[in-house]
Amino acid sequence: MTAVEQPGYVGAPVKRREDLALLTGRTTFVDNLTRQGTLALAVVRSPYAHARIAGVDTAAARAASGVVAVFSGADLAADWKSSLPCAWPVTEEMKSPPHYPLATDEARYVGDGVAVVVAETRALARDAAELVDVAYEPLDVTVDVEASLEDGAPLVHADLGTNECYVWKLASDGFDEGFAGADVVVTRRYVQPRLIPNAIEPRAVLAEAGPAGELTVWSATQVPHLLRFGLGLVLGIPEAKIRVIAPDVGGGFGSKLDVYAEEALAAALAVRLQRPVKWTEERSENYVATIHGRDFVTEYTLGATRDGKVVAVKADVKAAMGAYLQLVTPGVPLLGAWIYAGPYDVPHYSVTFTGVFTNTTPTDAYRGAGRPEATYVIERTMDALAAELGLDRLELRRQNFISEFPKTIASGLTIDSGDYHASLDKLLETLDLPALQAEQRARRERGDVTQLGVGFSTYNEMCGLAPSRILGAIRYAAGGWDAATIRFQPLGSVQVITGTSPHGQGHETAWSQIAADQLGVAIDDVEVLHGDTAVSQLGLDTYGSRSLPVGGIALWHAGEKVIEKARAIVAHQLEVSPDDLLFERGTFSVQGSPDRSMTIQAAALEAWTAHNLPDGMEPGLEETATYDPPNFSWPGGAHAAVVEVDTETGDARLVRYVAIDDVGTVVNPLIVDGQVHGGITQGIATALYEEGTYDGQGNLQQATMTTYLVPSAAELPSYELERTESRSPTNPLGVKGVGETGTIASAPAVINAIVDALSHLGVTDIGMPATPERVWRAIQEAKQ
Amino acid sequence: VIPAPFDYDVAESVDHAIELLAGEPEAKLLAGGHSLVPALKLRIARPVKLVDLGRLADLSYVRVAGAQLAIGALTRHSDVAGDPLLQEHCPIVSTTAAGIGDPQVRHRGTIGGSLAHGDPASDLPAVMLALGAELVASGTGGERTIAAADFFTGVFVTALRHDEVLTEVRVPKLGGSTGWKYRKFHRRAQDWATVGVAALVQRDNGSVAGASIGLTNMAGVPLRAPAAEAALAAGASTAEAAALLAEGTSPADDQAASAEFRRHLVRVLGRRALDDALGR
Repeated sequence: MTAVEQPGYVGAPVKRREDLALLTGRTTFVDNLTRQGTLALAVVRSPYAHARIAGVDTAAARAASGVVAVFSGADLAADWKSSLPCAWPVTEEMKSPPHYPLATDEARYVGDGVAVVVAETRALARDAAELVDVAYEPLDVTVDVEASLEDGAPLVHADLGTNECYVWKLASDGFDEGFAGADVVVTRRYVQPRLIPNAIEPRAVLAEAGPAGELTVWSATQVPHLLRFGLGLVLGIPEAKIRVIAPDVGGGFGSKLDVYAEEALAAALAVRLQRPVKWTEERSENYVATIHGRDFVTEYTLGATRDGKVVAVKADVKAAMGAYLQLVTPGVPLLGAWIYAGPYDVPHYSVTFTGVFTNTTPTDAYRGAGRPEATYVIERTMDALAAELGLDRLELRRQNFISEFPKTIASGLTIDSGDYHASLDKLLETLDLPALQAEQRARRERGDVTQLGVGFSTYNEMCGLAPSRILGAIRYAAGGWDAATIRFQPLGSVQVITGTSPHGQGHETAWSQIAADQLGVAIDDVEVLHGDTAVSQLGLDTYGSRSLPVGGIALWHAGEKVIEKARAIVAHQLEVSPDDLLFERGTFSVQGSPDRSMTIQAAALEAWTAHNLPDGMEPGLEETATYDPPNFSWPGGAHAAVVEVDTETGDARLVRYVAIDDVGTVVNPLIVDGQVHGGITQGIATALYEEGTYDGQGNLQQATMTTYLVPSAAELPSYELERTESRSPTNPLGVKGVGETGTIASAPAVINAIVDALSHLGVTDIGMPATPERVWRAIQEAKQ
Repeated sequence: VIPAPFDYDVAESVDHAIELLAGEPEAKLLAGGHSLVPALKLRIARPVKLVDLGRLADLSYVRVAGAQLAIGALTRHSDVAGDPLLQEHCPIVSTTAAGIGDPQVRHRGTIGGSLAHGDPASDLPAVMLALGAELVASGTGGERTIAAADFFTGVFVTALRHDEVLTEVRVPKLGGSTGWKYRKFHRRAQDWATVGVAALVQRDNGSVAGASIGLTNMAGVPLRAPAAEAALAAGASTAEAAALLAEGTSPADDQAASAEFRRHLVRVLGRRALDDALGR
C-alpha cells in the first residue's frame, strides 16, 4: 500500500491521469470497439428540407454486395413503442409532434433519416445507401425563426396548424408598474447564430442483443443513464435488461446529451438481426444529423433611472426548435430564464420565450444552453445603456451589482454566493485599462488603420443541474440528483463509482483528489469507475456543469458514510466509543491516546474478514450516497477582451483576453483552466467565426469544416486567467460548476470590444459573428 | 468519409502515368492528395481510377534552367518554401508556398497538384500568372509548354488534356530591381484565400517602371489586372492603381464574402501589396 505522503490533493494542480491513454492512442472510443460478427449501419437521409415521402424502393440496395438488410421508415414503424423522448414539455399546452427514428410520411429537414442499410462493412453499407430510391414530393420550406411565426408561413408539422411550439412566460409581480417607473428605456434586437457543436469524436453506437433478450449498447454519449431510460421507452425493453456503456467519449458540449435516432436504430436492428450493429457518424453527417445550438432572436429592454439604476429588464425571445423536439430542446431557453438580469440587482423582471418549429436540424443544449444567450443581451445592452446615459460602462455595472448574498433575485431564485466587485477589481488589476485607453486615444488621433478596443462582460450564471423539486416545478421529466459509491477493497484500495459520465472533463483525476483527501489515502489508491450502467446503477450523467457540484458532493457524502462505518469498526476493536476517535489523514486514533490507532485501510480489511465486527453490522466497507442539491450553483466573474480592428478590411483580431472567474473552491486548477480555456474559445468562436445558415431550400450553407469556421490556436492569443473564490455555502466542498462559464461570459466581451474600437466612427452595434464583411458594412453604414 | 469505389494504379514513371491515363478517360491523377482526397471522401469527386504519382521521386526538384528556375511538379509546398534557389531568385514563390494551408497540407501538397487542380481560391495560380510562368506537360502527343496565362481555363479546369501530366513549372529569376509581395485575406490560418493579390513591381529609383499583378479568387480563374498595371506604367500612385483592381473581375458571392466585399478587399489588399513590393 502506498504511503500517504502529500495530504491536500484538493486545490493542487494534479496532472490528469486520463491523458496517458488518450495521448498514446490506447483508447476505447466506440468506433475502436468490435464485437464478433458486427454489421455496419448506414442511414439514408433526406436531401430535402421538407418533402412527402411517396415511396421507398429498397430493391437495388438489397441486391448490392454485402448487404444484409434494408429498411424504410414504414418497415420499422412497428418496432417503436414510443416516440424518441422529449423530456421537457415546458408548458401543458406545448406541441410535441411525434418523432420516430425514421421518417415515414414526411421528411422535415435535410438529414432526416428515411431508410437504413445494414451491411458487412461500413463501406458497403455506404455504397448501398446510395442505391435506395426514395420518391420525394417537395413541400414548402421554412427556416427563419421569425418568419416561421408569420401568417401563411409553410408549416413544419401541418397537423399542428402552427409553427409555434410553446409560449412560456416568467414575470415578477407588478412588472408593468415597475417598468413604467424607468426614466430611460433602451431596447435592442439581437441574433444568436445557429451553432454546430463539432465534438472532435462524431457520434457512434454499437449495439448487441443477447440470447435472453438483454441489450448492450456502447455509445459516444454524455448520458448513459438517460439513454438506458430512453431506449427502454422507445424499444419497449425493460431497463433492467439494458446495459449502456459510454467508453472514452471525445467531447460533447451538449451534443451527446440526447437519445438519438441512430442509437434506437442500432439497438432495434441488433435485436431484429441478432448480430451486433455499429454506426459511426461521418463528419459531414454530423453537421446535419447531430443537434445544433442557439438560433435565437431576442428583443431585450433595460429600463433605468437617469442616474443609472436599472429598474427593469424585459426579454422577448424567439427560439428555434428545429424540425423536431430532441431530449431537452424546448427547455434550452429556460436554462437561462432566471438570469436575464445578470449579476445586477433589478427589481422588475419579465421574460417570454416562444419556441418555433423550422425545417432545420433540431436544436438542443449546446455549452451554456440558454445562459450565453442571456448574458450576451444583458452585457451588450449595459454598454448601450451606459452610452445612452453618458455613464462609464464599468461604473454602471458596479452601481447595479448585487453585493449581498445569499440574494433572492426578482426572477425568483436565490444566488448562493459571489463577489462581483472583487472579480472586476482583479480584472482591472490584470488588464491595465488606462494604458489601453491611452493607446486607443493615440491611434484615434493618428487616424490609424488598425484601431484598438476593450470590451467587458461581467456575468453570473446558474448551473449544477439541479434541485429536483425545481426541475419538477418547471416540468422537466427527470430529477437533478446524482449518486456515488465508495468501495474499499480488502487490501485498502478504493473504487469510486460515479453516476456522472465524463467525456473529456477529467473526472477520474478530480474525483480521486476529493476521495483521497477525504479518506486519507494516496491518490493512486483510488480508482474511478463511470459510464457503464452495469457498474453505476444510479446516476444522471454529465451536462449543465453538474458533475462536481452534484456528483462530486454525492461522492463526499458517500465518503462520510464510509468513514462512519469504519469508525464504528475501529471503536469496536479498540473498545472505545466512536465519539472518542479522531479521524485524520486516514487514521482513527483515540483522543488522548494517539498510540491507540487504526487506519481506515486496516478497518477495510477487518470489514472484509468480518471476524470481529460490532453485532449486527454487515460485512464490507462500501457505501452509496445520493445527493439532491438544495440550490443551483452560481459562478460569476469579469472578463475583458482587447481587439484590434482593421478598419479597411473589417478584420477583428483578439490581442488579449483576460478572465477572472469565481467558481467557488477549485479542486484542480489545471482542469479548471482547461475548462475555462475551452469555454472562452467557444464563446469567441460565436463572436467572431461560427455561424450555421440555411438557404431558402433549407440547405445548411456551412456543412463542412472548411466552411464552418471553428477557430484554431493560430487565431487566438494565450488567455490571462485568474480567479476569485466565493465558496458555495450550499455544499460541503464549496464548489460550483465551471464547464460553461467561459462560453457564457466571452462572446459579449468580444463584441463590446469591437464596438468600442469603432465607436469614434459612429458604430454602435455589430451582429455575431463579427465577420470582416459585417464589420466593414457597419463602418460603411456609420459613415452615412 | 468513405469514397465511392475506384480502381487504383501506381505510376512507375511519367510515361507509365500517361499510359494509365490514356486507357481510362474517367481517371484522375493523385499527387499530394490534399485537394482530391477530401473531394473523394465527400463523394464530390467520383473518378473510376486513381493514378498515383506519389512514387515519382524524380519529379521533386528545383534547379536553375538558364534565366529560369525549374520546379518539379511533385515538389511539396514545404520543399518549395525552404528551397534556397527560390528564396534567392524568386522568393515570391517560396514565401507564398510557406503560407498555403497548414503544416500537414504543406508537407503533402505539391506545386503541380495545386496548379493542376485549378482552384480559383488557391494561392499559387495568381503568383504564376504575375510571374509569367511556364508549365510543362507531357502526354501521348509529347511534351509541350503552356504559358500560365493560357493554363487556367475555368473553375477546376485547366488546359491540361486528359492524358497529360504536368511535370515542371518554370519561373523567371527576378532581378534586384523587382519588388514582390503576395497578400491574401483569409479568416483562419489554414483557410483558402477570400481574395489574394500577387504584385511584382519593377522599381526605378523609388518609382514604378512597370508592374505585373495576379489576382486570386476574383473570378473562376486567376486574373491579371491590366488596368492597374497600365496605370502604374503611366506613373499612377499605388493607391490610384489599386483603385482599379476590381475592374474586369467577376468574383463569387459565397459564404466567405459577397462579390461586393471581394471587390473592396482586392483594392485594399492590392494597395498594400504594391506598397510592400515597392518597399522591398
